[in-house]
Amino acid sequence: METPRHSALVRVTHWLTVISFVALLVTGLEIVISHPRFYWGETGNVNMKPLFTIPIPSSRDTVPTGYGYVMPDQNGWSRYLHFESAWVLVLTGLVYGFASLLNGHLRRDLIPERGNRSLTAHLQRMRQYLQRRPPGADETSSYNVLQRSTYLLVIFVLFPLVILTGLALSPSFNAAVPFVVNSFGGRQTARTLHFFLTWALVLFLVVHVVMVAVSGFWARMRAMTIGTASTTETAVAEKEVA
Amino acid sequence: MKPISRRALITSGLAAAGVAGLAAADRIARRHGLVPPDCRGVYGPGETLTYAAHRLLTRDAMAREFPRSMISKTPFANEVAPPSNEFKKLQADGFSDWRLSIDGMVAHPMTLSLADLRSMPTHSQITEVVCEEGWSYVAEWIGTPLSGVLREAGLLPQARYLKYFSIQPEWSDSIDIADAHHPQTFLTLGMNDGELPVGFGGPLRLRVPRQLGYKSVKYITRITATDSLKYQGDYAWFAGI
Repeated sequence: METPRHSALVRVTHWLTVISFVALLVTGLEIVISHPRFYWGETGNVNMKPLFTIPIPSSRDTVPTGYGYVMPDQNGWSRYLHFESAWVLVLTGLVYGFASLLNGHLRRDLIPERGNRSLTAHLQRMRQYLQRRPPGADETSSYNVLQRSTYLLVIFVLFPLVILTGLALSPSFNAAVPFVVNSFGGRQTARTLHFFLTWALVLFLVVHVVMVAVSGFWARMRAMTIGTASTTETAVAEKEVA
Repeated sequence: MKPISRRALITSGLAAAGVAGLAAADRIARRHGLVPPDCRGVYGPGETLTYAAHRLLTRDAMAREFPRSMISKTPFANEVAPPSNEFKKLQADGFSDWRLSIDGMVAHPMTLSLADLRSMPTHSQITEVVCEEGWSYVAEWIGTPLSGVLREAGLLPQARYLKYFSIQPEWSDSIDIADAHHPQTFLTLGMNDGELPVGFGGPLRLRVPRQLGYKSVKYITRITATDSLKYQGDYAWFAGI
């Protein structure tokens, strides 16, 4: 039997993350529309000077946007779905995180190899991308150093931060664990950071999908769904190795 | 007959254990009040997880209180529907005829005037009002803890929820007993060292500082204790997040 390119755990948690992230993104944007203004510190409202505003109409007539109309209010179902999706994301992340730690996925596939833990190694691989030189045979069954560092950053820094800044918006969570919101420097700061972290994740998503498309969309989709790389690709890889 | 494969055996074993586990979890959750009234429907599982997690984590937690220097100089009050005639009449008399009735599952149903409420132990808290839309402000809230009023009314042990009603038509909400007894849940009469302005809910607003602003209903005239709740609303019943 062919060895799968991605383990079943990686494939299942990957798509659960995709589904929950898209739901969080859409509902998050709906919620933002009800107050497209951002502040710094603990408090912020329309009587206070914003850090910046998004130049879009709002779903509330109390927000001065300069537009003559008010968008429909979608916050009820958006908030329900936002938090339900957040549970899927958090539980998926916990399963993935602990399993990766225990089964060696983290050490074997994600942490850069011993000789590659340098800025030079990252720059070297970046140069190879920019010069559009094809990847070496070693990359058919393993991530290169840039992929490894990016995935580590997304999985273990950006996602935990976007979840924590989200939790820091909850008055009930903040009552129980005031340390989190206070460390961010206040609730409105946490909200602004939540917004920026979202765009950092969207940037990753765009680059990720472009890279997948460039390197062979259907082969990559096969690998991340049924698990095996396409037969032709495997044959090419085997010939290269040989 | 086809022999049962090991994989099928393990899968069905896990599925059976999962179903039994969920049934047990459901029983335990109901017994300990971890299931919200809006636990059904497509958003039910997420809402139940949220409510259960918050109740396990925050039952006795206190909302953050702030130093006096952090009181917002420009608080914001969401507009409400134009005041009803009933409200305007009471306002003309300086709210001297405003009444709050406590009924339902209580041993001694009672009706209180604002003067009655003022004669009860008065506390103040500097807490943040957080709107589900995203904005917020900090203010000092002065009032009497709801728990003291419930004690006087003799809240019956089988009561699980409090429903509270505004004088404005079709404006009511409800909280569980944990929030009803919480020391920061106030029948609020004053704000920032003055009377509670009408825009911010005066003369009487229920403040529930561990939940979003929409649970802090303005112009309260009636509180009723009940053991069951049918919740229909576009927004989540539990607004701690």
